[in-house]
Amino acid sequence: MIENYFPIFIVFIVAAGFTFVSLIMTHILGPRITNPVKLMPYESGVDPLAETRIRFSIRFFIIALLFIIFDIEIIFLYPWAVVFKDFLSFGSFIFFEMVIFLAILVFGYVYVWRNGALDWE
Amino acid sequence: MPLSLLFYFAALIAVGSAILVVLNRNAVYSAIFLVLCFFSLAMIYLLLEAYFLAVLEIFIYAGAIMVLFLFVVMLLNLGREKALPHFMKFQRALSLMLVILFFFGVSLIMVVGSGELHQPTIKFSSGSVYALGEALFTKFLLPFEVASLLLLVALIGTVYLAKRKI
Amino acid sequence: MDLSQYFTSSDIAGITPEIILTLTALVVLTLEMARVFRPGIILLVAASGLVLAGTALVQGGNDDKILFGGMLYLNTFSMFFDFLYLFVGLLTLIFSQGYLEKMGSETRGEYPALILFAVIGMMLMTRANDLVMVFLGLELLSLSLYVLVGFLRHNLLSNESGLKYLLLGAFATGFFLFGAALTFGATGTTNFSGIASAIAAGTVLSEIYLYLGIGFLLIGFAFKVALAPFHMWSPDVYQGAPTTVTGFLCTAPKAAGFGAMLKVFMIAFPEAFPEWQDIFWVLAVLTMTVGNISALVQSNVKRMLAFSSVSHAGYLVMGILVKDIAGVSAVLFYLIVYSAMNLGAFAIISLAEKDEQSLTFKQFRGLASQNPLLSGALAIFMVSLAGFPPTAGFIAKYGLFSAAIAKGYIWLVVIAVLNTVVSFYYYFRIIVNMYMRDEKVGLQPSTGLLTAGILALLIAIVFILGITPGYLLEITVDVATAVS
Repeated sequence: MIENYFPIFIVFIVAAGFTFVSLIMTHILGPRITNPVKLMPYESGVDPLAETRIRFSIRFFIIALLFIIFDIEIIFLYPWAVVFKDFLSFGSFIFFEMVIFLAILVFGYVYVWRNGALDWE
Repeated sequence: MPLSLLFYFAALIAVGSAILVVLNRNAVYSAIFLVLCFFSLAMIYLLLEAYFLAVLEIFIYAGAIMVLFLFVVMLLNLGREKALPHFMKFQRALSLMLVILFFFGVSLIMVVGSGELHQPTIKFSSGSVYALGEALFTKFLLPFEVASLLLLVALIGTVYLAKRKI
Repeated sequence: MDLSQYFTSSDIAGITPEIILTLTALVVLTLEMARVFRPGIILLVAASGLVLAGTALVQGGNDDKILFGGMLYLNTFSMFFDFLYLFVGLLTLIFSQGYLEKMGSETRGEYPALILFAVIGMMLMTRANDLVMVFLGLELLSLSLYVLVGFLRHNLLSNESGLKYLLLGAFATGFFLFGAALTFGATGTTNFSGIASAIAAGTVLSEIYLYLGIGFLLIGFAFKVALAPFHMWSPDVYQGAPTTVTGFLCTAPKAAGFGAMLKVFMIAFPEAFPEWQDIFWVLAVLTMTVGNISALVQSNVKRMLAFSSVSHAGYLVMGILVKDIAGVSAVLFYLIVYSAMNLGAFAIISLAEKDEQSLTFKQFRGLASQNPLLSGALAIFMVSLAGFPPTAGFIAKYGLFSAAIAKGYIWLVVIAVLNTVVSFYYYFRIIVNMYMRDEKVGLQPSTGLLTAGILALLIAIVFILGITPGYLLEITVDVATAVS
């Protein structure tokens, strides 16, 4: 059970450790000679034009909302995929259960599409 | 016990990052700390062998909902100079009081009322996702299908209310 | 594993009305997407879907059925409510003809579709035999209502009320869900009869968590049916919503809330009930008093009616407190009468409204000389809401009060009667404004033939139930016996 996740935990530790160590090391070892040009967001690049904290368009918000809804749909697919093979031996309605669920959501997708919520106007 | 050590590690990060979410005056940083909080919560769920909840925490909360939070923060457009104002004194006192009250309420229940809560009865070797799938597609079939209607209504509401031109 | 206990053809047959309504909603949305720009056609399709669901309901029969392994429990109780929702939904669609255009928005297919989804949600709420199902029904209903309340996209007041309703509603939903989770933790099941048998058998693991669970569930319900002190959202939401939606919002969902509450507290928590009587007593008194006192000082008619509906919810809580057959039957009777009166009143206000602002009492001055029929109808609804004989409002109140007296709640009834007397002031204020003050006004309500016919039907219901309530009372007693 939980012991099976031990390798993942090791990877997690290694990844976190590597990031941490490399950040610390550059902080300690790296020489620090600064000048205004070097501190610009893009050194030797285009000069910054304005504040980066501009107001985002409401369109991002709609996309994010749609993303959440379809994300939740995907979450339902996960346990379905896990039990699918075993349940097939009881008949095919494990398949149709998901078909009905998805059909209603695909209808929603068509609705979103048809109303132009996916266009960037 | 290394597992309990891991729990305290995750719990510490969760509480610490949650406090930073509240105390940070820049909403974007708060959102980032919230992501950290979600990840440590997912780790705690994993330690409790609630694998599906752990996946859900990362998929839905750290993934989708945080994106939404960030977009909202950027939609509101709080510049560096217009960062959130300090709380008023009485708000601070009030929130502190509520926190203490809540803390004592919870401890009281744990000490006095106590009593165990029901544990999940089904355990499968392949993990609780299987048990969840089994319940969801047999006993909770109707709620599962109604959930799709719920999501459809949410889609309609989103597009109808937030789209400028439909 | 035997799957047939969860999923058979009779399960599908049991939810035929919901399936029909879902398909109708999808057809309506498809028509909208296909750009069939005739709002009349879309409303007609939606209305025929409601009628079809009603016939399916009749054909299904009224014998007790347990569906989907205990998720739904169909009996006369759920059927009674199903018909109420279908009826209210149908009337709302009819009254909505042309209203949205008048308020500066086009009639879109989403409107009837969301009403259909709301009806499905409500049906699931009172058919449910499981907290999970109640929650999903409640959410389907609430989500549809959030959008409907903010349906006038270009009206700031409508937007504001939709947002307020969403934020506070989501908060209340959290309470409900937390309550359900704690109840599950304490009893080990979300099934109503399972919870009841766990409590009866004493296998509850923790009394404290169970009581917390019941408390949170009660808060969730109290918010949804607007009981004081959880009623704060209702005046703003009722005022800002399109008036036809307000008429829908204060009738069917309130009935659904009370229906689900009755079912939860009578089937799932019958053993735990005695401890909760005091809380219901306080809720009833607080709700009716706060609603009435606040309604006195309103100048906006929709806000006044919002507080009036809060106070009516207070009277209804008396019925839940009494909880015997007489009490439940009185609640059911009251819900029917209340729905008829409020639908009528809001329909007339929606007809009288001119543009994007809602009406104040002053604007009703002289309406009687302008349009005597409509004013007469509004006056009748107000008299019935106030509870005067020979209207149905009187019989409904009488039924509740006498059921409470029979159980010995003398003080509660005294307070309720005093509240009723106070309520005369604001109900008659609108009549006085219409009849006694002859001023030239700009209100020019125009009524279609169908709308006028439906209003006449509602008035007929108010009088017939006021003079010969016997027939409906027989039904409500039957239905009440089914859950007691």
